[in-house]
Amino acid sequence: MKTTTTISRRKFLNRVGGVTFVISAGALAPTLITAAFDKSLNGTKTISAWVHIGEDNQVTILNPAAEMGQGSMTALAVIIAEELDVDWANVTIQDSPIEPDVYGLQWGGRLGGPMITVGSRTVRGYYLALRLAGAQARKVLMQHVATKWGVPITELNSDSGVVIHEKSGQKVTYGTIVATLKLPEKLPEVTEVDLKNPKEFRLIGKKVSRFDIPTKSDGTAQYAIDVQVPGMLYAVISRSPVNGAKPTLLNEQQILTMKGIYRVIPLNHGIGIVGESFELCQEARKSLKIDWSPGAKATNYQSVEAYDSYQNKANSHEKGEVITEEGNVNDALASAARTFESNYKNDFVYHAQMEPLNAVVTVAEDGKSAEAWVGSQAHDGARKSVADVLGIPFSDVTYHSCYLGGGFGRRSMSDYVEEATHLSNAVKRPVKLVWSREDDMQYGAFRPISLQRMRAGVDAEGNITAWSHQIVGTGDGLMSSGAKSPYYTIPNQYIDLHNMDAGVRTKHWRSVGHGPNKYAIEAFIDEVTMAVNKDPYQMRRHLLRNNPRELAVVDKVAEMCQWGSPLPEGRARGMAFAERSGALVAGVAEISVDRDKGKIKVHRFWCAMDAGVVVQPDNAIAQLEGGVIFGISSVMHESITFKDGAVEQSNFHNYHIARMSDAPESIECHIIPSQEAPAGVGEASTPVVGGAIANAFLALTGKALCHMPFTSEKVKEVLEEYGKSENGQR
Amino acid sequence: MKVSFSLNRKAVEVEVEEKATLLWTLRDKFQLTGTKYSCGIAQCGSCTVHIEGNPVRSCMMPMRAIAGKDIVTIEGLSEGDTKHALQDAWVEEQVPQCGYCQSGQIMQAAALLKKNPNPTREEIVDYMDGVLCRCGAYMRIISAIQRVATKG
Repeated sequence: MKTTTTISRRKFLNRVGGVTFVISAGALAPTLITAAFDKSLNGTKTISAWVHIGEDNQVTILNPAAEMGQGSMTALAVIIAEELDVDWANVTIQDSPIEPDVYGLQWGGRLGGPMITVGSRTVRGYYLALRLAGAQARKVLMQHVATKWGVPITELNSDSGVVIHEKSGQKVTYGTIVATLKLPEKLPEVTEVDLKNPKEFRLIGKKVSRFDIPTKSDGTAQYAIDVQVPGMLYAVISRSPVNGAKPTLLNEQQILTMKGIYRVIPLNHGIGIVGESFELCQEARKSLKIDWSPGAKATNYQSVEAYDSYQNKANSHEKGEVITEEGNVNDALASAARTFESNYKNDFVYHAQMEPLNAVVTVAEDGKSAEAWVGSQAHDGARKSVADVLGIPFSDVTYHSCYLGGGFGRRSMSDYVEEATHLSNAVKRPVKLVWSREDDMQYGAFRPISLQRMRAGVDAEGNITAWSHQIVGTGDGLMSSGAKSPYYTIPNQYIDLHNMDAGVRTKHWRSVGHGPNKYAIEAFIDEVTMAVNKDPYQMRRHLLRNNPRELAVVDKVAEMCQWGSPLPEGRARGMAFAERSGALVAGVAEISVDRDKGKIKVHRFWCAMDAGVVVQPDNAIAQLEGGVIFGISSVMHESITFKDGAVEQSNFHNYHIARMSDAPESIECHIIPSQEAPAGVGEASTPVVGGAIANAFLALTGKALCHMPFTSEKVKEVLEEYGKSENGQR
Repeated sequence: MKVSFSLNRKAVEVEVEEKATLLWTLRDKFQLTGTKYSCGIAQCGSCTVHIEGNPVRSCMMPMRAIAGKDIVTIEGLSEGDTKHALQDAWVEEQVPQCGYCQSGQIMQAAALLKKNPNPTREEIVDYMDGVLCRCGAYMRIISAIQRVATKG
């Protein structure tokens, strides 16, 4: 890849509102700076869109991604700092302006895509571009010195923020250089040959402390919910219990007489209350009398009973939206030595990010500009949503990115930002809209429910020759992610998707469809494996025989857990493998079961991962650990159910998420060294958890767990159930 | 109503509504936003503060019960410029991910170590079990508490 940074600093594009940018269409490392933004970096010199250096050698690196705990704000700065060659102790990270033309993800090979932090894309989506950006900023400094000293640039070197000319023994710090630096008319071109040899890396692949952790340990880290603006009011919204129902407020006057209530604002999907405090708004809300319009599509949806319709659909043998069709599954099943069939189910699950959705928006008196403080996984989308609600240009929204108290996919929607904009626009004052936990859960957008009809055929040696996977559920394309397992060599495969829309809200949820799909795939492999008297590890080795990288990951986890070695009485191990966002993860769970209580305890968990170059290994391990616990949480506890279209759960007392006592006694992780391009690690371990636990349970009890979550009621039911029919069919 | 109490070792007085809770009073009247709102029904622990040295969920604590009490929040956990040993351990172990629950985690852990300076793993899990972390940073929370415990 090659930069096309022929950027003229005179090529200004003026935008409404007096903000000036240098725009370079399609440039990999374009330069930019807004006059207003420059002020916030006072005392430092703009080297490029990404780097500012002060005369005191302090380096400010701009972060384009949302920081929601995945650590990428530090990882991206590490990538730049590595190639810029500066002392990490001098680096400060600041959020970049929300300008997708400049700071958007690499999309089709170039920067300038959306500024979204989803799908574990950040490090892999910026890696090469930011290495080039760091190298380019370094080259700007080197060229300046070369000219000043009258030496060829090839004779210059750098070392942690110092340019060195070995021949003459001259040295100069970056800080000294910037004191006299005039940016060149054109930033120098850099290509991959200008990049460091990975062997010389001093930051990438090493332990670097995360930039955000100190403030997250003393209460000073700022989330949107912490923002306070002079004159600010609070707001809450009573939203439709059934998605799609429209409100008619019957007692506005009564609400307006209540203490601290400033305005009542009808919206399409709910009634907003603006008042002096969150508590007074919540209090007034209890008195709202709302007539909800009948006839919303979701009204008749019962999620528990829905499994019957999913099952009927699977029984119908109708062809769905085809995901994979290779060989001929029907012929292969007909000629197989043995065939197997199982259904796996998974309930809706909720994001449960600890910071409920919220936003602060101030719409100007004339409605022609606004300011917003938001924690979003789609900062450009959030900024645009403010502009769109008001019908004003994007550039007339002053936007402040805040830390996210968790995202997991929910914060890539901007519904809460639109709401806050409507409310502030109605009162023309700063409004902090806060969703209560009940709002956040009951007006959630969930990982889809599904039933997975698995069928397989084996040959006389017990090797899988036919594989059919039909996904039936409510959640459209979200259900297809992770359905394919291209690394498993199975000659005849058929995978399809049947969406049965129910009018309820669904959304990406950490690892999306990979959670349910990889669970069904991996659990079904072990059901077949047990029936043909094979070992689950050896079965996977055989299936992965043509994919050495994947095979190495499974071998590694087997070595880590000493697969096959004796276990304490009452324990068993289960293995699962998955690829997510390019990261290859094998996981093993060691469990025991309290048969009276129906309680599964995960004692130990092992994870091996190959994710290409890992920029921050310690943080990647934190993500693997967290992803395992997130997985345990969903696999063991989490379930959203709909009755007559309304969510039945309301808060953490009836929607359980993992507690410390659910955490295994140990989670051992290993990152396989690799020079491949970076993969995404933020979701990598979550998809293996369901399979690993179900497979350990199968090994321990001979019974398959076919419905997530594995609550004690379900575990007891499975343990009491006898008479699995012959041939492994149920 | 007016309520007088001690907040992070300083005497304070505040005018609040009858039904005001400690959580929103800390956040809105004192700008102490390190204490977080998350569930509002004392089910998650993100709002944990110390009242008379005990960890309490501030979201359900009415202000009228606070009169004369000694309240410490995350902002007042350490005195002066030094950090509490747990806060250093939180950095050393790289505990927080999104960080939103961490004030509650640290306040709960600080109360534990005050009562029991050298807890077993089981005692840690038992005491910390009411403070939820959605990112699943539990392994590192345990390590960080153990790091301080063994030093003590």
